[in-house]
Amino acid sequence: MTIADLDQRQRPASAERTPVVNDFSITIATENGSGSQTANTVLLRSLFKMGIPVSGKNLFPSNIQGLPTWYTIRASREGFIARRLRSEIVVAINPATAIEDHQLVEAGGVFMYADDIKFNFDRSDLTYYPIPVKKLSADEKNPKLRKYMANMVYVGALAHLLNIQIDEIESALMYHFSGKRKAVDANMKVVRQSVEWAAANLTKTDPYHVEPMNETDGMIMIDGNTAAALGAIYGGVTFIAWYPITPATSLADGLNEYLPQVRVDPETKERSYAILQAEDELAALGMVLGAGWAGARSMTSTSGPGISLMSEFAGLGYYAEIPAVIWDVQRMGPSTGLPTRVSQGDLLSTYWLSHGDAKHICLLPGSVYECFEFGWRAFDLAERLQTPVFVLSDLDLGMNQWMTKPFDYPDQPMDRGKVLNAEELDKLGSFARYKDVDGDGIGYRTLPGTDHPLAAYFTRGTGHNERAGYSERSDDWMKNMARLGRKFETARSLVPAPIEDRVSGAEVAIISFGSADPAVVEARSRLEKQGLQTSYLRVRALPLANSIKDFIAAHQRVYVVELNTDGQLGELLRLHIPEYAYRMRPANWGDGLPLTARWITETILEKEG
Amino acid sequence: MTAPTTTTPAARGTNRIGLAKADYKGLPTTLCAGCGHNSISDKIIEACYSTDVRPEQMIKFSGIGCSSKSPAYFMSRSFAFNAVHGRMPAVATGALIANHTMHAIAVSGDGDTGSIGMGQYKHLLRRNVRMVYIIENNGVYGLTKGQFSATADVGQELKYAGRNDFMPIDLCLEAIVSGCGFVARSFAGDPQQVTALVKAALAHRGTAVLDIISPCVTFNDHDASTKGFKWGKEHEERINDFSFVMPQDEITVDYAPGEVKEVTMHDGSKILLKKLDKSHDPTDRMAAILRLEEAREHQHFITGLLYVNDAKPNLAELEHLGATPLARLPASRTRPSRESLAKIMAEMK
Repeated sequence: MTIADLDQRQRPASAERTPVVNDFSITIATENGSGSQTANTVLLRSLFKMGIPVSGKNLFPSNIQGLPTWYTIRASREGFIARRLRSEIVVAINPATAIEDHQLVEAGGVFMYADDIKFNFDRSDLTYYPIPVKKLSADEKNPKLRKYMANMVYVGALAHLLNIQIDEIESALMYHFSGKRKAVDANMKVVRQSVEWAAANLTKTDPYHVEPMNETDGMIMIDGNTAAALGAIYGGVTFIAWYPITPATSLADGLNEYLPQVRVDPETKERSYAILQAEDELAALGMVLGAGWAGARSMTSTSGPGISLMSEFAGLGYYAEIPAVIWDVQRMGPSTGLPTRVSQGDLLSTYWLSHGDAKHICLLPGSVYECFEFGWRAFDLAERLQTPVFVLSDLDLGMNQWMTKPFDYPDQPMDRGKVLNAEELDKLGSFARYKDVDGDGIGYRTLPGTDHPLAAYFTRGTGHNERAGYSERSDDWMKNMARLGRKFETARSLVPAPIEDRVSGAEVAIISFGSADPAVVEARSRLEKQGLQTSYLRVRALPLANSIKDFIAAHQRVYVVELNTDGQLGELLRLHIPEYAYRMRPANWGDGLPLTARWITETILEKEG
Repeated sequence: MTAPTTTTPAARGTNRIGLAKADYKGLPTTLCAGCGHNSISDKIIEACYSTDVRPEQMIKFSGIGCSSKSPAYFMSRSFAFNAVHGRMPAVATGALIANHTMHAIAVSGDGDTGSIGMGQYKHLLRRNVRMVYIIENNGVYGLTKGQFSATADVGQELKYAGRNDFMPIDLCLEAIVSGCGFVARSFAGDPQQVTALVKAALAHRGTAVLDIISPCVTFNDHDASTKGFKWGKEHEERINDFSFVMPQDEITVDYAPGEVKEVTMHDGSKILLKKLDKSHDPTDRMAAILRLEEAREHQHFITGLLYVNDAKPNLAELEHLGATPLARLPASRTRPSRESLAKIMAEMK
């Protein structure tokens, strides 16, 4: 049977249920380390290339091999890509979780399972498809490869049942294996055998199938960490120090992958960057501050535990006024917490990271597109404002695959901020590092090596006056802190503004941030279908924009939707806008998994009574 | 020891780049009168002046502690970064990779390096960042008024802290085992040796460690302490004597052949080592470790250049950096082209 034959095969006969086209979730339950990622991303990419809006989420354990892991693919003709609580189709390959997985299937759904899993299938609403995973992958003699190949059995069976185009599966394998024909052929052989077996042995009685669309034309698929790495590269990053931590490691991997491609002089082999794996996160931020101080565009990437360790240096960076970019790909804490699960729990601790009086600029990307955009903008802000800028992504954005429009090249030249050179110092005749010359709270700085007797200044975390001299005087201290306050107000006007969708006449509004966005977007559609119109404001940075107050003022009840246990954005909003605290209602949830539209919809409807 | 002689004419009272000694001075010290740290600051000035270091091409680094305050007291025309306790090596690493053309002198203390900063100290040496790392070692915490540091001697007694029962950490030994290519020990009260070692350290290719015993006149200067002045003067055992030769100098050294050991530095300059103790060869790493262990056994501290090896590339070399520092690269070198992004995007479609 050729590929063309497979695609022209007879559509399996469905029972008389109404067909469900391009609108379902698939959850695949396997064991960590079994190589199922290839199969899962190939399925995801096949649907994407058929023009169907999709998202893929890996729900994985903190483990290298053996613990259960799940991958969910959502196909949505309406373009909703948030996680679904339950899946219409569950593929159970891991016997250890089969009973649990069986309960996960949406009413009326499909349970496909490896036929050596024996238990009581007692749901009359489900369609059951046992598949001979071991038998169909038995041709592979290498036992390790056989285990990998076994995953392609469910790819073939799903392709047959859902009508996924086989040539798209082959193209996705080509993409995955970077065109290595041998690997593609070996996998395709199993896929074809599985398709043939399914055609001969399975009678389709479920309503789910896919049809080509053109909703993904021109789009790309990428994870947020790679997007962030590319953003930093096109932002002109020259120094990176980092320490491995899930879920931030792949951000450094992205830098290591793309920097050599675009930032090495092809003739001299000289690099226009340096990337160091530090001994820990303290050292990573110390190096970044040293490099930022010396004039390099400098960054680190970490997750919550690393942010905690960086606290002292964050305060130094704030008080000594040093540009730096720090990515926090958030995971579930406190402590080691759930290292492979998602949370938006670092908002407050990062905003106020340090002892003493300090508050930081935090950018809050809500999509992989914004991971790229904030990736380069963060450097402009850090150098303009001479301060550390944090970018709070999370595991869901950072490690999962998202479709997006391709990234746009930065639309403005780099802003290197207020830096004086030798000629300017000569003209000025004096230099005071921390003097507020322009009234925006931002002083002028010089870079080490500036060849002028006035250029040098003493950088310190101890009290200093506007000439950077050591000072324990109360008036110097207070003057300096007041200027830092003015600088923070300048920052408020420069950071990305919130995105608002005000619906006229709506009494109810939602405020949210970051990766909660897709679930909020879908929940608003569901609420509208239930007769509840909502406005929406997505916060994209701290300090909070003044316009948020007007937004809240225009609504009676404002639900603050976020993925953490303490309702941290809600706390911050109530603190900054106390006069409307009574209008804000917490809608926060923290279970380690991405938010679902269903939970948001039910929570709001319940509270609305 | 013979002072370097110069063939380059210079204005009276200036060095070869036309700067006076006063151009190297710092602010008045706020450390205790008689503190060994102040004489080290003076010798840093002397070394930089006489080797024509342009102050604007120097970065001074420090952590936290009495020692770490001292960069304010020398070379005010140099850039300075007083970091947090024990974490100066990271800041210096970042700054010196951002601008690898700068000279750097770091001043730390025994607590800043040997206790809170031990991890960063060892990783700095491992990376071989080109800088002079001076430890002003007095065995106590001065600023917090007299607790033991990790370099304090077993059995040492302090007025409030009592008796120390724990092994001292030898920061020179730690440097050698971490792969440091320039390890020396000196004594703050020996101005000639300190100046000569700082000069040599400035010419080293990577990190140069100078552990300088610098007695604390307030908390640790009693006769029983091996970090006190009296003890130091009585027990100091010089292992070599040398003179530092700038490459542009034509100098004749008044040393008999056979008594002189020549080591070529990365920048072409040479240090000439006169071995007072003929058994020590400073290019022999195992011998240096042995000497330190013997010294520990005999409760001696040996001064001079313990170990030198200029063969190991420094961090900037390992990172394949070009002549222009990363911090000074134009946007045309650091923001890749529009076409390159379009190509990456096309690959992801």
